[in-house]
Amino acid sequence: MGWEDAKGIKIVTKNFGVANSHKLAVYQQRGGWNAFKKALALQPTALVDEVKKSNLRGRGGAGFSTGMKWSFVPKEAKRVYLVCNADESEPGTCKDRELLAFDPHLLIEGMAIASYALRCKHAYIYIRGEMMREAKIVQAAIDEAYEAGFLGREHSAAAGGFKLDLTLHRGAGAYICGEETALLNSLEGKRGWPRLKPPFPAVRGLFQESTIVNNVETLMNVPDIVEKGGDWFAKMGTPKSGGTRIVCVSGHVKKPGVYELPMGIPFKNLIYDVCGGMSGTAKLKGLIPGGSSMPPLDASEIDVPIEFDALMTDPRIKDVEVKPGVPFDMGGGRKLKTMAGSGGIVVFDESTDVVALTARIMKFYAHESCGQCTPCREGTGWLARICKRLAIGEGRPGDVDLLANISVGIAGNTICPLGEAAAWPMLGFLTKFRADFEAKLKASKAVAA
Amino acid sequence: MALEFSVQAKQQIDRLLTRYPNKQAALLPVLHVAQDEFGHLPDEALDLVARTLELPPSHVYGVITFYTMFHRARTGTNHLMVCTNISCQLKGGDAILEHCEKKLNIKAGETTADGAFTLIEEECLAACANAPMMICGTDYFLDLTPAKVDVILEDLRKKHAERKRQKA
Repeated sequence: MGWEDAKGIKIVTKNFGVANSHKLAVYQQRGGWNAFKKALALQPTALVDEVKKSNLRGRGGAGFSTGMKWSFVPKEAKRVYLVCNADESEPGTCKDRELLAFDPHLLIEGMAIASYALRCKHAYIYIRGEMMREAKIVQAAIDEAYEAGFLGREHSAAAGGFKLDLTLHRGAGAYICGEETALLNSLEGKRGWPRLKPPFPAVRGLFQESTIVNNVETLMNVPDIVEKGGDWFAKMGTPKSGGTRIVCVSGHVKKPGVYELPMGIPFKNLIYDVCGGMSGTAKLKGLIPGGSSMPPLDASEIDVPIEFDALMTDPRIKDVEVKPGVPFDMGGGRKLKTMAGSGGIVVFDESTDVVALTARIMKFYAHESCGQCTPCREGTGWLARICKRLAIGEGRPGDVDLLANISVGIAGNTICPLGEAAAWPMLGFLTKFRADFEAKLKASKAVAA
Repeated sequence: MALEFSVQAKQQIDRLLTRYPNKQAALLPVLHVAQDEFGHLPDEALDLVARTLELPPSHVYGVITFYTMFHRARTGTNHLMVCTNISCQLKGGDAILEHCEKKLNIKAGETTADGAFTLIEEECLAACANAPMMICGTDYFLDLTPAKVDVILEDLRKKHAERKRQKA
């Protein structure tokens, strides 16, 4: 099915716009918790297979196959935890917050089904500390689900019995806790420092037990997959990515917003059809395709589809370079284009100071580096300071090359991907908008003199 | 004088402890309870949390100082969190923060003399489609303009004065 045939299909936003969609009664009136009943009649392994068949891929950023991840839980695991990552804080991303506010019961049902499939008895939702309003809404929804007996009560219909407890856990302000192993440390009452992998969480995660961490949007797709079948879900996407995709569009477009769209819709259609075109008179200069940690696309690259594999491999996207003509090597000769990431699409027009924009991104990563690994702790600070001095006309000779060199020194040399999250966009902006950086350098006092 | 939790806070903590397999895992939620109770987390509060959860005070200190939402010093009644990250930057978020600084006569990171406001320059608050934006507690203020900010500040100031009167 091409993306145009899947127009209008809503899975995770199906209850948006319905009055009191966050209430259990409304959710049930609209068919809520039917998928759970259907799931309990199946064997847990059959559910994992169904999710595998659906080609559902993680919506938090990495796009890893959800069914595959679930199957990594060892059969002999004594205790399994499911953790929902609701620590949304990737700049430009605002989907999970709306999903939590409008349809918390869809998440709870998705988690209940996933928990049954994974044989998890106690699941956690780790919600970002700043989301105080959403935490209240989700907690109220959990309380309703307990009262109605979906949570905290034995379900005798399940093969071998099933009872689930669900706890909402609030973070306290740290972007790094969105990284799954940092999240687990934070949930254990520690500083949010990422752990070395392996062991992967599926083998040894929360409290040293088998743990699966899934994003909010990912889990909210599960009830419909169970109800309508993995084939139905797989068919509407692209060959290797099933379902729809939520994108959050911000920046210089007429109608910014959170949209559930067919997987594979091109950026061009998104900007000019869905979002009504550019907001001002200035033309499109470029966009960030999946949150601030992804290399940007320039205006000539917007025909590519919004889909996990296409953004990593489409030949219409230029390779990210270390310097003109020299592609960045991700290891083993693999080249970097960009990634679909979190679905946070930031559109900017020709009036934008791209160096100032990059400087703001680097300031963010310098602030959020957890301090564990030297290349990231020091390197992100250097990138932030050098970008800033370029942006304000205080650049020094060699600064543009220096930014690239530092980025190469960070990428691949840290425990978690926060290092790449700073290095990749830095190299990406230098590749696509090098002239802007060179112009700032030329205009700098020290260089002009 | 050593701090103690109120009866309600103690009950809340007892409930929290049933949700985790060990006491340490309840540290973040208990710190939220403590901050709600005492307004901020001075050494006495830190010691109380450490005693309650049977953790070394050094561990609690390490955790408090890692997360931006825990405050060691007294802060204002209203935590005004203004986003200046990219989506807001493109739509004038920096000007909104500057406007707040001017109106409140403090810099980001500071608290007003009357204790009504603490102004915080925040990273992305996940309302990018409605940039520029800020939050205060559970309230979101979206698609901001300086004029809208004026009305919001005035309203929050009135509510602060009202609460103070009720307390007195």
